[in-house]
Amino acid sequence: MTKSELVEIIASKQTQLSVKDVELAVKTIIDLMSQTLSQGQRIEIRGFGSFSLHYRAPRAGRNPKTGESVQLTAKHVPHFKPGKELRDQVNDSLKAGY
Amino acid sequence: MGALTKADMAERLYEEVGLNKREAKEMVESFFDEVRSSLGHNEQVKLSGFGNFDLRDKKQRPGRNPKTGEEIPITARRVVTFRPGQKLKAKVEAYAGTQS
Repeated sequence: MTKSELVEIIASKQTQLSVKDVELAVKTIIDLMSQTLSQGQRIEIRGFGSFSLHYRAPRAGRNPKTGESVQLTAKHVPHFKPGKELRDQVNDSLKAGY
Repeated sequence: MGALTKADMAERLYEEVGLNKREAKEMVESFFDEVRSSLGHNEQVKLSGFGNFDLRDKKQRPGRNPKTGEEIPITARRVVTFRPGQKLKAKVEAYAGTQS
């Protein structure tokens, strides 16, 4: 499922809002999540999961083309931990034979 | 600073998009319900600008009860993994706060 398919599905299941409105709402949610993480703040969605940042220490890397060694600075990477409800729903799909 | 929750997202939709409070709350619920439902039907979810939620099937493997040391198999399972997109990775990389 892509973002535009998600918009279509949400729009088709309600009667109050236009596809345009739903599109803007979905974009707003995603932008807010990106913004939150880029400020180092967590996201917690009960039943779905939580997003946080993981720290990566600085390390010596190598340019794979030239073999030259380069110093890579410390950084943060996004991390998602699925919640119990999502874990169970996904695992049940395996048992159900999808 | 507390974590971002569904209530915060609904508040933003009310303030910035102009949905009424009920619509805003339902929109946030639908968003996560539909993503979860797609994953629950073994369908990957791709949110451009944010990242992909992928599914991986794991085979059964030997495990151990860490308390008793007893050997018990970890059964075959399907798990969700999140792969952040380039745009999100770039935004987050710049965060210079404390180690988390």
